[in-house]
Amino acid sequence: MTASPTVRSELLRQRSRSARLFLLPMILALAVVAGWPLFRTIYFSFTDASLTNIDAAKWVGFKNYLSWIQLKSGRTIYSGLLVDPAWWNAVWNTVRFSVISVALEAVFGMIIALVLNAEFKGRGLVRAAILIPWAIPTIVSARMWGWMLNDQFGILNDLFMRVGLIDHPIAWTASSDTAMIAVLIVDVWKTTPFMALLILAGLQMIPGDIYEAARIDGVHPVKQFFRITLPLVKPALIVAIIFRLLDAMRIFDLIYVLTPNSAQTKTMSVLARENLIDFDKFAYGSAQSTLLFLVIALMTMLAIWIGRVKLDGGER
Amino acid sequence: MERRTANARCSILDLREEIMRAKLILAGLLATTLICSGAFAADLSIVSGDTGNGREFLRKQLDRFEKETGNKVKIVAMPANSSDQFGQYRLWLAAGNTDIDVYRTDVIWAPQLADQFLDLTEAMKDVVDQHFPSMIQSQTVDGKLVAMPMYTDAPAFYYRKDLLEKYKKPVPKTWDEMAATAKDIQEGERQAGNKAMYGFVFQGNAYEGLTCNALEWIKSSGGGQIIEPDGTISINNPEAVAAVDRAKGWIDTISPKGVLAYTEEESRGVWQTGNAVFMRNWPYAYALGNGPDSAIKGKFDVTTLPSSKEGQSSAATLGGWNLAISKYTKSPEEAIKLVKFLAAPEQQKERAIEIANLPTLKALYDDKDIAAAQPVITNWKPVFETAVPRPSAPTKVKYNEVSSMFWSAVHDTLSGNGTAADNLELLEAKLTELQGGSW
Amino acid sequence: MPISIVKNTAFYALVAVIVVCAVFPFYYAIITSFRTGSAIFTIEYWPTSFSLANYVNVIASGSFARNLLNSIIVSACVVTLSLLMAVTAAFALSRVRFRGRSLLLLTILSVSMFPQIAVLAGLFEVIRLLGLYNTLGGLVFSYMIFTLPFTVWVLTTFMRDLPVEIEEAAIVDGATPWVIITRVFLPLMWPALVTTGLLAFIAAWNEFLFALTFTSSTETRTVPVTIALFTGSSAHEVPWGIVMAASVIVTVPLVVLVLIFQRKIISGLTAGGVKG
Repeated sequence: MTASPTVRSELLRQRSRSARLFLLPMILALAVVAGWPLFRTIYFSFTDASLTNIDAAKWVGFKNYLSWIQLKSGRTIYSGLLVDPAWWNAVWNTVRFSVISVALEAVFGMIIALVLNAEFKGRGLVRAAILIPWAIPTIVSARMWGWMLNDQFGILNDLFMRVGLIDHPIAWTASSDTAMIAVLIVDVWKTTPFMALLILAGLQMIPGDIYEAARIDGVHPVKQFFRITLPLVKPALIVAIIFRLLDAMRIFDLIYVLTPNSAQTKTMSVLARENLIDFDKFAYGSAQSTLLFLVIALMTMLAIWIGRVKLDGGER
Repeated sequence: MERRTANARCSILDLREEIMRAKLILAGLLATTLICSGAFAADLSIVSGDTGNGREFLRKQLDRFEKETGNKVKIVAMPANSSDQFGQYRLWLAAGNTDIDVYRTDVIWAPQLADQFLDLTEAMKDVVDQHFPSMIQSQTVDGKLVAMPMYTDAPAFYYRKDLLEKYKKPVPKTWDEMAATAKDIQEGERQAGNKAMYGFVFQGNAYEGLTCNALEWIKSSGGGQIIEPDGTISINNPEAVAAVDRAKGWIDTISPKGVLAYTEEESRGVWQTGNAVFMRNWPYAYALGNGPDSAIKGKFDVTTLPSSKEGQSSAATLGGWNLAISKYTKSPEEAIKLVKFLAAPEQQKERAIEIANLPTLKALYDDKDIAAAQPVITNWKPVFETAVPRPSAPTKVKYNEVSSMFWSAVHDTLSGNGTAADNLELLEAKLTELQGGSW
Repeated sequence: MPISIVKNTAFYALVAVIVVCAVFPFYYAIITSFRTGSAIFTIEYWPTSFSLANYVNVIASGSFARNLLNSIIVSACVVTLSLLMAVTAAFALSRVRFRGRSLLLLTILSVSMFPQIAVLAGLFEVIRLLGLYNTLGGLVFSYMIFTLPFTVWVLTTFMRDLPVEIEEAAIVDGATPWVIITRVFLPLMWPALVTTGLLAFIAAWNEFLFALTFTSSTETRTVPVTIALFTGSSAHEVPWGIVMAASVIVTVPLVVLVLIFQRKIISGLTAGGVKG
């Protein structure tokens, strides 16, 4: 503007110098806390490591992912993660679970955020109440819901029967038809607050005078929502969705506590834990973790692409 | 860099670290002087996922051990969920954690973790004969004694005395008799107004507990024990198929459909609120069922589990806890002393009398003091004589996977995914593949 | 007039439904925490019995207060550190143009794509190497793996959306980037800061797996682990009443935290008087 070109470029140089300085602590912290563990896991996925003797791990290449032997008859037998039906079942469970739960959470989260953004009496208390599900430790809430979903002394069956929704008690977590529904109910209940709060923060950053102008122009509230609110809150919403998606794809503790061994709800993380820890297949579990990482990366890219998030969208 | 910032932020942490460091130096100095003087006293850590009462009791015995030997012993508590414990122990041992000396291990863990525990054969050779041979056997891998038995566990058949009397039925001896009696009483009680009444509850969730339950059905029908001690896969046989089919018939008739999601606590819940005629459960449910607020206080008793026919012996899966020493321990001598101390007759007797844990020493089952203080332990003697181990010794590190395949096959059958014959045949094929050349 | 009454009723009905759905399980936990023994196995909608025995048990368990304090220290340190690193990093990532910026953003994101269970073994090695095993510092350190990417991303998004004009004046005055962050951005970022801080706080507060693996003594454990350590008097028995009582105690500080910070959540641009 008023500054001369040389001063301006000097300023820019100073800015990028401090930018580097500002990024340093974060990058260092992440490199130590995440870099090494990630590297180790990826490395182990190419070995025959076992937890009983981890130092004796030998490099085996892609054997954990895919290997084949040619029989004399000319038939080729494939083995490894990429042809493991249990793995693909887990991938399907995970994707199904993530998409449904995050979609539901986004809708409910938006509704709750809009409600909280309105002026009304007792808003503070409602906001605190909304956060309660997110605030209860997962291991506790999973067990609590396990209890509430119990077929004999679970309050949910009792409630639904009183209301007339069902006519006999359902064994929610036991039956293969309802296990996934049970997990979805608990997850949506638990993580919608996270979504709602992030969207609310986005709503709060929208300047109030835009609405003022819209109201004066007599724009219908529904139109207001789709024309003004949604586009403006979209960046926050997308980030919320991406982080929820990342989280949902890795879902572990809820399923581990609620329905640990049901084939209908076994997700990639649960399967990976089983192989890493319970079974003597540390390398195979590492391969699963690595592949899980790739699947999540793919999904995230997809979310970024669909949401058309501009990664490089800064002004300066 | 990261660490320094963290500490600057939290001065309390800083202080803690300082103290820790000082302590370490002090400990090091102490250790060297003690080694020089010849009297070695160690700081030991024992990790245990026992219950609150169990921990308090262990502390009491450790206090005595400390007084007798001059060592210090710290208890590292773990959650009661045994799967959580196993995961942590495996990680700690894999990382060569030197902070834990003695591990309290489940009966099925020793063969899987055998490589990372010390061989106790030499150190315990003068005391092993006092224990039941089956227990020592279950903790022996390739001739190496991996852990010492501390106390044992075996499930029993719980029945409602009052209901059997009311309907004039004897205590069932066979599974079919059990099912018939359960059906009659269930129907009778439902007509009398208790709509929530069920005949039999057990642990049908897809987890280790189902392996125990199903192993009992099969073993008590003469169908072997999944994998025999010599490593032969025996699961695909007509008796085993019949046993699992029989259990399939219970679901939604004498057992609630939800039993497919039951672990120990859920079955106890149904039982203790007076809504079941029979239950298969561990000894813990005995004392709780006789608690002051229990609906069935004094109305029930226990016996051995039924079997397939008269003359066929019953079966009860062997549970229990043992003590193993990490091979990364800094003071193996003292750790061995500790394990020996905790497994000794005096400590086991006290344990039996005060917290009703079943001893692993033969002699203690004829002990008068125990019989007087805990008559329930004498009740368990016949149960205990039919105890059958899970195939953890022959399958070694692959046990968890074997067990998971087995309970999945059984759970599938119970929930109607395939017949018992198909599922067990498939299981045999999968187990053979898993076995590879040898276990 | 009637229309607005209908509208209002519908609105409050919606609020009521939301609150009931969110709070009912917690309410059920509270009434469960007042019951003991076999009563736990019966279904009750209203508090029929009132006994503080479970709460007494929790508090008398000796280390609970200590573990609560640990949780507070760890979560507070995690939030402070991650916000501090994230605010400066977000400024660089959103307001300064440099090569490889989107790649860096993606790398940061990808850090949070690894399942916790998969990094456990490697992280354990690092923590022992740094001598942080069994210290609160170790927990603070390991929690960065999930709080840092999240805070960086959220703050970057928010900062990027702030209009250019607001820093123009400061730049002209020759203010350093640090001054710009603290004087210009921070006041505008309150809703985002408080929200991300709160979410990160709760995430750290609830973490269980790391807390269990990286500590080995009662004095360094955090509340979720302590809750998992509550047991019944015998094996297999789940002490529902006590677990619920502990959960209620653990949740209360978070509710208080929300009530304290909520004025900040709703300030934002409208208060700043900045024109879009």
